Parts: sequence; C-alpha cells; structure tokens
Amino acid sequence: MTATLTPAQRKPKAAKRFRAFWRRWWHQLTAMRTALILLLALALAAIPGSTFPQRSISTVDVAGYFDEHPDLAPWLDRLWAFDVYTSPWFSAIYLLLMVSLVGCILPRLNVHWKALRAKVPDAPARMSILPYHRVLDPGADANQGRARAVLKQQRWRTAVREHEDGTVVIAAEKGYLRETGNLLFHTSIIFILVGVALGSLMSWYGNRILSEDKSYCNNLQQYDEYGLGAWVDETALPQFCLTLNAFDAEFTDGGPTAYDADVTYEADGETGEYGLEVNHPLNIDGTNVFLIGHGYTAVVTYTDRYGQTQTLHQEFLSMDAALNSEGAFKFPDVNVDPETGEVDEDAEVGFDAILVPTFDDSTAMLLGTDPELNNPVLALTAYTGDLGLGDGLPESVYSVNEDQIASGELEQVNDDVEVIGVGDSMTLPDGTTLTFDGVEQYAVLQVRHDPGGPVVLAGAVLLLLGLLPGLAVRRRRYWIRWNPDGTVETAGLNRNDFDGLDEECDELTAAIAPGFEPPGTHTDKSGSDE
Amino acid sequence: MTGAEAANALFVATILIYAAAMFSYAVEYAFDKRAPKRAKALVAVGGASDTDTSADVATEAPISPAAARGAGRLGLVLTFLGTAALAASIVTRVIYTGRWPWGNMFEYTVGVALAGMVTWLWLVSRGSVPRRLGLFATFAVTMVLGTSVRVYTEAGPLVPALDSYWIIIHVTAAIASSGILLIGCVFAILHLLKRSFDRRVSDGKPIRFPLNIAERLPDATALERLTFKIHVFAFPLLTFGIIAGSVWAHLAWGRYWNWDPKEVWAFIAWVVYAAYLHARVSGRSAKANAPWLAILGYAVMLFNLTAVNLVFSGLHSYAGV
Ligand code: HEM
Repeated sequence: MTATLTPAQRKPKAAKRFRAFWRRWWHQLTAMRTALILLLALALAAIPGSTFPQRSISTVDVAGYFDEHPDLAPWLDRLWAFDVYTSPWFSAIYLLLMVSLVGCILPRLNVHWKALRAKVPDAPARMSILPYHRVLDPGADANQGRARAVLKQQRWRTAVREHEDGTVVIAAEKGYLRETGNLLFHTSIIFILVGVALGSLMSWYGNRILSEDKSYCNNLQQYDEYGLGAWVDETALPQFCLTLNAFDAEFTDGGPTAYDADVTYEADGETGEYGLEVNHPLNIDGTNVFLIGHGYTAVVTYTDRYGQTQTLHQEFLSMDAALNSEGAFKFPDVNVDPETGEVDEDAEVGFDAILVPTFDDSTAMLLGTDPELNNPVLALTAYTGDLGLGDGLPESVYSVNEDQIASGELEQVNDDVEVIGVGDSMTLPDGTTLTFDGVEQYAVLQVRHDPGGPVVLAGAVLLLLGLLPGLAVRRRRYWIRWNPDGTVETAGLNRNDFDGLDEECDELTAAIAPGFEPPGTHTDKSGSDE
Repeated sequence: MTGAEAANALFVATILIYAAAMFSYAVEYAFDKRAPKRAKALVAVGGASDTDTSADVATEAPISPAAARGAGRLGLVLTFLGTAALAASIVTRVIYTGRWPWGNMFEYTVGVALAGMVTWLWLVSRGSVPRRLGLFATFAVTMVLGTSVRVYTEAGPLVPALDSYWIIIHVTAAIASSGILLIGCVFAILHLLKRSFDRRVSDGKPIRFPLNIAERLPDATALERLTFKIHVFAFPLLTFGIIAGSVWAHLAWGRYWNWDPKEVWAFIAWVVYAAYLHARVSGRSAKANAPWLAILGYAVMLFNLTAVNLVFSGLHSYAGV
C-alpha cells in the first residue's frame, strides 16, 4: 500500500506529521504546568541581578567589581551577569512565558466568548450525582414564575427548557466575570510588556549636574550621562533650556528633610518658574525633569606667579551622608608670562580636595558629621607639573590624574594636607595662592522621556481590575427541575474550587419554594468550636 | 515620660501581653478535650490500633476542659488587648514624630506584626478558624516583633524622598500584604503538619515532635482551603503595593522600575505567589506541592525585608535600618 503512494499522496502525510509535531510542542508550551515552571524559572533568573552590580543601575559599581575581581569579572560578564535583565537567558525565559501566555489566552478567549453566548446547559438526567442536590416535597410550593423572577433578580443567566414528557428545567449560571477578569489579567501582562518594550525603544534620558545660577539647554552634549532608545533621533529632542536659580536644602537633626530647586525653564518661547522637589517633577510637554540629587560646589581663585587670577566653580562628589565631598581643581593654563606668552616650567597646577561642610576643629577628625554648611573647609593637596589633560583620554573631574603622579610628571607640593576655611588661602612654595571663596550648591537633574510609561501604567491598572474578579468571583450553576411525577429537584455545581455552595443553593431554593426546609445540620468544615 | 518612651513602653507591653496570650492558648490547645475526640475519630478511620493513648492523657489532664476553654477565652481577650497596645504604640509614635509611622525598618516590621494580628483576629471573629490556633498566630507575630527589636531605630524625620503621600499608599499596601501573608504562611505550615500527621497515622507509624502538635489541628483540607483564601485576598494587595511603588519610583527616582534589589525581590515574591495560585489549579500533584510555594513566597518576603535591607545597597537603602 505505502509503495504505491504517489508523491502527491505522501506529501500531506509529511505535512501532517510536521503539524502534529508542532501541535504537541505547542500543547506542552501552553500547558499550565509549563507556565508554572517558567514562572519559577523567571523568579530564579532574576536573583543574580540583585547580587551583582548592574550596568543599567551603576556603571561605576560594575567598574568597581572589575577592579576587585579582575579574574572572575570578565567571565561573569560573558554570562551577562552585569546585564541580567537584558541578557539572552533572561529574555528567553520571559519570551517563552509570553508565548505560553498568548497560547493560553487565545483558546480561552474563544471558549469564553462561546460560553457567554451559549445557552446554559441542561441538567443531567440524574441530578443526584451533582454535589448539591435536594428533592423537594410537594408542600414546598416551588413555582416556576417565582423561580424565574428570583433568578433574574439575583442576576443569574437562565435557560428554560420544556421537554416532551412534561419535564420543565430552569438552568442558571453565574460568575462569568471570573473568566472575564482572568483573561483581562493575563492579557494585561502582555500589554505591560509591550509598554516596557516601547519604552526601551523610544525613551531617552540625560543626567545633568547644574550649579546655582547656571543654565543649560536640552541636547546630548550638555549631559554628563545619557541614554537613548534605538528609535530615538537625537537631533529631534525637544527644545528647552533650564536655569537653576537657587537650591535649598533643609536639615533637621543632621538629616536632610527637604530639597527645593528653584528653576526657570524656557520652551517654545515661553518661560516659566517651577519649584522642583523630590517627588515633584517638572513636566515640559511630556518630558519630565526630576530632582534626583544634590551636592556642593566649591568656589576658589588661583593667583599665579604673574598675579593673574582664575576662578573655578567646581562641583564636588559627596562621599557619605554627611556630604563630605571629594573633588579637584585643575589649572592647566596658568603661569604664562603675559608679556612673552612663554609657559613656565612645571606651570600647570592641580589640587586634590576634600570639602567638609561642617568641620569640627575640637576633634582630630577631618571629616564632619553634619551635612549642613556650618563651618566649611577645604583639605588640599597641591601638585605642579603636567596635569595630563592634553592626551585626549577621558578622566575624572573629581581627582587629579593618578597616572601623572605615578610617572613623576606631576609632583606633590605639600606633604600634609592643608585645611583652609572660607576666605583663607593656601600659599604654594612658588608664592602662588589658592583662595577659598565660598560654597555654592548644585542640583542633579534627570531629564527623562518615556512614552512607554503610560502604557505600562494602563496595563497595571487593567491587571488589577482583572485580578479582583478573576480571583474573587465564583462561577457556579444551579438547576431546578419539575418532573412529570410532580416532584421537584434542585441541584448545584461549583465550577471553581470554593465552599459555600450548599448554603447558597439552599437559600436560593428557599426563595423559590417558600415551604422548603434546608436540612438543618451542616457539616462542620472549619473545625471551629465556638 | 516622653512620646518616644511611651511608645516604647507600649511596645514592650505588647510583647508581654502576647506572650501571656500564647501561654493561655497553649493551655487550651493542650487540655481542651473536645479536640482529642476529633483526632480519635480520625485515627479510627485510619485503622490504627493504639487509639486510646491520647485520650488517656487528656482524661488524666491536670486542667479540666472547661478551665482550658476559659484559658482560651482569656488568650483571645489578651490578643485583643495586646493588639490595642501595639496600635497605641504606633499612634504615639505618629503623634510625637508628626509623620506617617513607616519610616524605617523597625517601624515597617512593627506594622507587619499589627497587620498579621488584625488579620488573625478578623478570621477568629468571622468564625473561620478555631480560637485555640491563636497559639500559632501569637507565636508568629511575637517572633516578628522580637526581630523588630533587633533593628530598633530612634524615630527621626524622613529624608526628602520619603516625604510623599505615596509612602502611605505604597508602604501601607506592602505592610498589609506582608501581615496577611504571614498568617497565610502559618496556615500553609499547619496544613503540611496536619497532612503528614494524617499520613503517618494511616501508615501506622509513630508520631513524634513536632508532628504530635498536629493532632489537634483542624482537618487538613480545611486548612488548605483557608491557606488559599488568605493568599487570594493578599495577592491583589501585594500587586497593588508593587504598582504603587513603581508610580512612586517614577516620581522620586525618575524611573518607574530600576531593578533595584528591593524591586527585584518584590518581583520574585510576586512571581512565586503567582506560581502558588497556578499550582493550585494545575492538577493533583502540583496542588499537593502548592503549600510549599506559599512558604517559599513568604521566605522571599522575609528575605526582602531583612537581608535586602541589611546586605544589599540600592535605592531603598536610605530608609534607615
Ligand atoms: C506571566 C505569567 C503569568 C502570571 C503572572 C499569571 C498569574 C495568574 C494568577 C495570579 C492567576 C489567578 C489564580 C486563580 O485564579 O486562582 C492566574 C490564573 C490562571 N492562569 Fe495564569 N499567569 C501567568 C501565565 C499563565 C499562562 C502562561 C497560562 C497558560 C498556560 C496561565 C493560565 C492560567 C489559568 C487557566 C488560570 C485560571 C485558574 C482559575 O480559574 O482558577 N497563566 N494566573
């Protein structure tokens, strides 16, 4: 028989087998048990993201991990340990889960849609097999009209059937909202994921440190750090400029209690003022400006060998909760003879500095414990020589280049750090001075545009709206049947695993048949002994 | 007495009252004779022969069943009293700090204890659980309160990021769901105890500590259903808490989801509880293992509350230990 098959006949068979193969896999993937395993796998896969520093959170921490574990880190990196949530293995799990979810939702949608329009099914011939079953005695007075009215009033969906032998059955069902909610819940998970994906493609952000009285305009060159989604055109960023007029930090008992950045913004030729606070972002046409940090800016003036002065406003990076901060002052173009234009030997000057907001000279400790500016000092170490700024390599603005010190091209001037207060000066051996003029504040602003955000939020609200009925509503059926012999039977069936069916059905039966007496003894389910 | 001292005194009183309540429940649990009768019936069903030992102990008991029930009633009164003292302690803190009382890990933990006990008292008042199981509820809650002492922090002002009405919404939801899930976890454990007790009885194997405690527990199926109901109630609340947290994160940190360790572990807990709810409807063997998932879920919650606060550094760290 097989030998005589023409190729045309064989082909459908191969296709059939192929389809059967995929159908089997599809069934596996969309089985609830698979969803269960994938859920647990997802939970497990999320763990490393909390134990290893993540690039998406702090590239500085990741670099620190590389410094501490130079052998291990590159291997971990190959396994995406520092980018867990965008790693192929994490993505694989959630994509499988999503496919499984879609495969689960579609057939259920179909079934539910049909159930919503189908007639409530008839009672089984032997109603006594159902979990709730009562035979009413003739005195119960079960009335068909009343049954319909009661069921309608209690919002059951009903179907009335009159059989040829005179049997009348009213079938009722309630709780369709459970499946509706459940489907809404599962669908909104997909909705949320779409929002997250949109966000990662279409969002952009930039972080900017802005000192008091300074301004900047929104373009990438102006940001200290930024990120762009794949679909964002950097030349098409919205046009606006921001000025920080004043920054105010309030402290109580040595701890900060309020930050307030007074900003002016300019967009589309309009200007506005805004009191930017933590938890209180500024929205400019859908782009949000957040206040995410703050710190101190030290103002110093350097007077060189020719009496020329340069003033620097230098942002410092806080090292602890008391805002003891580190920073550096770099003067690459000083000590140039104004007449000849000749550069002196060892002309460049740099200072590593620690800014202490409240210096307590009664202790031997340099670092203070109070973040407020009560007695600010700078602790300075001076260097002369070549700062190494011209070599084009990126370097920290918060410290003098250590490689230049190590190679001897920068020479340390003072052995002990020199501590100076506001108005004081440090004098270098060559007679030049650095004067501490004062301290200003800066704000760390984050500007972020994420069009996926509202989609995610809408998805989350739908998820909750679906979850509540999806968990709380019970789906159940109830039948009442008038038999030709004059007896009346009722029965009930739970379609979810819940208790309370007997009580509910008894109440219903009693409402339909006033003479009905529910059997008095209920089994003690909870074991309550009061 | 300052406000702080008053709050602390009320807190210590709470622990003492709960300890007394625990003792009273223990008396009822051990000596109320009606419970052994149930167990005896069960054993008879199981077909084992040495059915009488437990009943003998009960008849020779130094405390009569009536007195034992009196102790149980006292335990319930003490539980109400202790819960009132705990609530008063929190309110006192609110008054003298002038802010919402969820500002550091200590205050959070105390909130979880209160939510757990309120859940318990609500279940008892509805008649969903027998009073004598208060033994386990007071035990769990007292453990939580005991842990909170180890992370005690002077109540101070809040850092700016916490100064938002979202602290009320997000943290209250987190605390309430943690408290309810604590009770859910207690029931999952009791269910597993009772189940393995029943199995050993029907296999005719000897019962040793801690399984002998299970003798007076309600029926294993009833415990399982209750476990499920509590989780069904808490899961949407947990979900809401996480959503509220991400709305707040958007306002305070500029981004609604940062994969900060606290968020990662909240996500893990949520996924584990979702797995629990699925396990319960995915067939017999998955259903049998579901209570373990509920316990795992709570272990994750506890890990998030303790280890993540103390060991990991992240955006949530500033909340103060
Ligand atoms: C991100 C993944 C998922 C999450 C977070 C999730 C969550 C939930 C939750 C919380 C419930 C309520 C439990 C209950 O009704 O008792 C539920 C129910 C359900 N889920 Fe999922 N689910 C996910 C994926 C899936 C997948 C992939 C499937 C299909 C294979 C599925 C099938 C079901 C079914 C059939 C129910 C109804 C159970 C019932 O009516 O009692 N779920 N899900």
